[in-house]
Amino acid sequence: MSEGFHRIFSTFFDPGMIVQALPEVLTVGLPNTLLLSLFASAIGIALGLLVAAGLLSGYTSVRLPCRGYVDILRGLPHILTVYLIGQGLPLAGLAIFGGNTYGYAALAIGLIESAYFAEIFRAGFQSVERGQVEAARSTGMTRLQTMRHIIIPQGARRVLPPLTGQFILVIKATSLVYLLGLTASQREMFAIAQDAAINNANLSPLTAAGLVYLALTIPTTYAVNAWDRRIRGARSTHAVEGD
Amino acid sequence: MSEMPERRQTGAHHGTSVRFDRVNKSFGRVAVLRDIVLEAPGGVTTCIVGPSGSGKSTLLRCTNLLERPESGRILLGEIEITAAGANVDAIRTRVGMVFQHFHLFSHLSVLDNVSLALRKVRRMEREQAEDVARAKLAAVALGGLERRRPSDLSGGQQQRVAIARALAMEPEVMLFDEATSALDPELVKDVLGVMRDLATAGMTMIVVTHEMRFAREVAGQVVFIDQGRILELGPPDEFFDRPRHPRLRHFLEKVL
Ligand SMILES: Nc1ncnc2c1ncn2[C@@H]1O[C@H](COP(=O)(O)OP(=O)(O)O)[C@@H](O)[C@H]1O
Ligand SMILES: [Mg+2]
Repeated sequence: MSEGFHRIFSTFFDPGMIVQALPEVLTVGLPNTLLLSLFASAIGIALGLLVAAGLLSGYTSVRLPCRGYVDILRGLPHILTVYLIGQGLPLAGLAIFGGNTYGYAALAIGLIESAYFAEIFRAGFQSVERGQVEAARSTGMTRLQTMRHIIIPQGARRVLPPLTGQFILVIKATSLVYLLGLTASQREMFAIAQDAAINNANLSPLTAAGLVYLALTIPTTYAVNAWDRRIRGARSTHAVEGD
Repeated sequence: MSEMPERRQTGAHHGTSVRFDRVNKSFGRVAVLRDIVLEAPGGVTTCIVGPSGSGKSTLLRCTNLLERPESGRILLGEIEITAAGANVDAIRTRVGMVFQHFHLFSHLSVLDNVSLALRKVRRMEREQAEDVARAKLAAVALGGLERRRPSDLSGGQQQRVAIARALAMEPEVMLFDEATSALDPELVKDVLGVMRDLATAGMTMIVVTHEMRFAREVAGQVVFIDQGRILELGPPDEFFDRPRHPRLRHFLEKVL
């Protein structure tokens, strides 16, 4: 019993190993993780907005492909999509980023996340009162102007908390890009920990990475929840005042 | 983009008329408007009454193309707005609409609610648009409330902002869909007063309403719609004092 516990402790929680792994995780891994998360989110949000507009289109020929896109990307194991994009694209002769794995990694995660972002945006847009949209159109505003001046500003307030929540998931999802084999300086936190774990035949470096992920995600989660509560709270108080 | 269809005036009255020529509209299998033939003359208020679900809102919504009739034509002045290539956005700037539930832009101030379309559709500078908006707000007795949010206003004030928002575009025709039905009784008067002023000023109006007194006093003609059909149409005194159709008599007995 106590020997088993000791073995687990020394394999996963060796303090020396953790401390040894942390500097590289923090100096090389953390910036790369954050950078990848930002790139992937930028791709995901831009594509997600387009796809969300498509999901709400009046045209079946636009709506259905967008629906398929979302369902497929959310339905496939993320590992598979990362392989398909990261290795499939260059194999298919679409080496848009040349030999730069970083680009494929960001694109792969960005594509996956665009499906989730699209659903968040769709829900946000749909939460805008239909009558206000019709009122805007009645004054002669175009679809695009209505989108820009009525739907997006109102949807954005409701969308920001879930959007930030999704960003937390992106941070974790970037760990998948170790599959694509990054150069030493490109490695994000998980890849660095993975390499250190193999070199030392000990999994404690992964724990070190895990601690940094938690340090990123837990405070953000609580901040988002508090923010979400405040927005909801503010809105329901408003509703009471309005009546 | 901002190029406007030509404005013309018709008939003896000043102002733009609206004509419905055998308009049909259904939702799925349900026929909601059946062979509507109606002229709302320029400069005249046409009141539309009828039981709930009879198609009154749908008729108004077809008039600014929020709904599309399946068949028949709708003419705004001489322009057929139901024609295939009609410029929907340009047509809507000529037809103002006021909704039962106001539908003010909840994230914008009162002033922005009224000036937004002027800036975006008419491409006015902000300052000029806000001057126009202030004047329209003053005309509905809401001067001084420019900086408020819609949620800080009473229902009657909100509806008057909605009217100012529509009037800001200088429409030729105004549509009112039960504009006072959602209001507390003591707030109805102010909104009806604004509508009465508009009618007096010669605006072409199509007003769906349950306010029979307003219809009697302001309307040039009153129309009774039941189950998507126009069953009776006439000047108010005839309409209310000598209703011919039994369904209208029944309806009036219930509401008066
Ligand atoms: N978008 C819609 N889809 C399906 N049915 C509708 C829609 N809008 C209205 N209807 C139906 O059409 C009929 C007429 O509605 P409406 O024009 O709103 O009547 P009114 O304004 O006279 O109460 C009702 O039976 C209503 O349920
Ligand atoms: Mg109605």
